[in-house]
Amino acid sequence: MTNPNALLHRRDVVNELLRDRADLLVIAGLGAPNWDVSAAGDHPNNFPLWGAMGAAAMIGLGLALAQHKRKVLVITGDGEMLMNIGSLASIGVEAPNNLTIAVLDNERFGETGMQKTPTASGVDLAAIATACGIRTSRIVRTMAEVTELRGLAHAGRGTAFAQIKINPEALVFVMPPADGVILTTRFRQSVLGDEALFN
Amino acid sequence: MAEAAKSRSEAPAALPTWSDEIYRVLKDAGIRQVAMVPDAGHSRLIRSFEADPETRVVTLTTEEEGVAMLAGAWLGGERGVLLLQSSGVGNCINMLSLPVICHMPLLMIVTMRGDWGEFNPWQIPMGQGTRPSLEAIGVIVNKVDEPDLVASTVQGAANLAFNTWKPVAVLIGQRVLGAKNFKELARK
Repeated sequence: MTNPNALLHRRDVVNELLRDRADLLVIAGLGAPNWDVSAAGDHPNNFPLWGAMGAAAMIGLGLALAQHKRKVLVITGDGEMLMNIGSLASIGVEAPNNLTIAVLDNERFGETGMQKTPTASGVDLAAIATACGIRTSRIVRTMAEVTELRGLAHAGRGTAFAQIKINPEALVFVMPPADGVILTTRFRQSVLGDEALFN
Repeated sequence: MAEAAKSRSEAPAALPTWSDEIYRVLKDAGIRQVAMVPDAGHSRLIRSFEADPETRVVTLTTEEEGVAMLAGAWLGGERGVLLLQSSGVGNCINMLSLPVICHMPLLMIVTMRGDWGEFNPWQIPMGQGTRPSLEAIGVIVNKVDEPDLVASTVQGAANLAFNTWKPVAVLIGQRVLGAKNFKELARK
């Protein structure tokens, strides 16, 4: 590492979180986190969002409660998390062991012209998560900490939240299928088996 | 606004047997996750689910969270129901894009305000806008105004939602719930 103060690159972060992903179930928030997760490799166990801003964390909760033996990782952006910041209260109360929320925080609304989000002015999402009862909650600034977060997500020993400070870089879009029926059906088939096609 | 009214309202005095009937209907439909922002009209049903160890009841900070949560439940193979007041429907509209475009089932049971006999003028805009806004975003709407028809309406809506992968809302009218009058309460 040449500059310890350099901001992390979002695709390095996501590639590390998804390294040897095994049977990890991944929800990706709309916009750049969707493209980042897709750049790491299209996978039936990904559910990447193309809309429904503010949905990612709560989809993760419903999935984690339904599939309590599997590990669920939500990868989303700071703007998407802020749109339903109250969902951290709902999640903090339920506290499923198998849910990790990783917020890629570039302090910008990236898809709309890189306007600043409240985190650019110091709003501390990790502190909000802590205050909502998510005890494993942290700000992540180094790849070593990303690796540690990957370990938490794969171990599933408690709800975890991380606000990962990343470079506000605009990267090439890498898109998954856009058809919600395809995304839903292949995810359910992968997780629940062929039976899912019949009910 | 609506939230203040919700917290101040009390459960109807008459025994709403339809609540117990739809609890059975929802159990028979395999409901495992209940997402809700409470409403007085749902209080009896919520108590039934809270007493049920097979059901997870999740209290939301805003109703749209429940739309997303139940999408996650469906992805993981569980069925759920969203319990809300009509005012909360307005909080859900963009989030309903998710079940609409993904052909996911979603069962919403909406207790109405701003409907028959309403006394609070602030409930009127969303109450009157509930059906048109749901239909505009692509949710199938079934309204029921007769206590005897609530259970069969919910049963039909559950079948429709889970067999045809559609978002479906049952609107339970104030004729069923009983309209309240806070002005009378304030005089006491």
